[in-house]
Amino acid sequence: MNRRDFLKIAGVGMVSTIFEPVLPYEIKPSKKRLALLIDITKPFDIKACLDACNKAHNIPEIEDPKHKIKWIWPERFSDVFSEQIDMPKEITIPVLCNHCENPPCVRVCPTKATFKRKDGIVMMDYHRCIGCRFCMAACPYGARSFNWIDPKPFIKGSNPKFPTRTKGVVEKCNFCAERLDKRESPACVEPSNGSLIFGYLSEMKDLISNRYCLRRKPDLGTSPSVYYLI
Amino acid sequence: MKMYDKSKVIPGLFIFASIVAFPFLYNQVNPSSEPVLAKAEGKCVQEKDFMKKEHMKILNQWREGVVREGKREDIYINGIRYEKSLQKTCLKCHKRESFCDKCHSYAEVKPYCWNCHSGETK
Repeated sequence: MNRRDFLKIAGVGMVSTIFEPVLPYEIKPSKKRLALLIDITKPFDIKACLDACNKAHNIPEIEDPKHKIKWIWPERFSDVFSEQIDMPKEITIPVLCNHCENPPCVRVCPTKATFKRKDGIVMMDYHRCIGCRFCMAACPYGARSFNWIDPKPFIKGSNPKFPTRTKGVVEKCNFCAERLDKRESPACVEPSNGSLIFGYLSEMKDLISNRYCLRRKPDLGTSPSVYYLI
Repeated sequence: MKMYDKSKVIPGLFIFASIVAFPFLYNQVNPSSEPVLAKAEGKCVQEKDFMKKEHMKILNQWREGVVREGKREDIYINGIRYEKSLQKTCLKCHKRESFCDKCHSYAEVKPYCWNCHSGETK
């Protein structure tokens, strides 16, 4: 190869790097997708559901709103669905990670600490989390919390069977993956008196199609797995 | 051949050599005692010699399986059922203070398992 050829090839190579398409991170569709239906027409003890989750996952109770850790928490219906529907009566509903079919948090995670399981659970591997908080910026639902301080002193009712988290990692609801794999239903579903229904989406199609139901911010295209039956 | 500053160089070399050799000689005279590990009840997942070298690899395999691949089902070794868990399996027989920490502090390794898996919340 002479000098002229070398410069030609090098030039073409350099130009081609500019036009290299930026491939989106591939997120495979779930094979059998898990979903949670929340029937907000039936009154139920929201606090009992939240407490069950907090206890099962060693979630600290930190008063400072800047340091608060939330997996599932109460929110006013009008704040959550204001752009979709007007509710004549003000009610409180539980909100949590939506375990989106197309999760933006998985797309942005630089270490694959957040990933999507085959059953649709958007799962976190805290061992890999480097605390960059890209996922928190990407999540349109504010479902993620960052451990600014060591959470251990703030844990009230502890569950020795579940690990705690450490300072510097992001955390969120895991759809009780550890309980599902042991054939138990999620912690929040148990005390809900039938208002929270958990299962495979394909098996709950009738319930969803027979009722009027909402999902949070559907126009973003994330396709949440948490449905609110109203 | 003439050596300059012999009176300074030779003692200097001697001092340097003795400083370098001191830790080795010190350890020869009174060797630090090897860690004594607490005896544990129950049957371990593998033999002692294997666990000595490879326990971290087993823990990593369990971790990858449980967290990333969703393989949480219990494992059977020689007919005994084990749950893939540091907190729920290993620490059931071994106490952290009298077992894990003994070797880790002897070898000056600081595994970060305990940040989350100590089983304590305080």
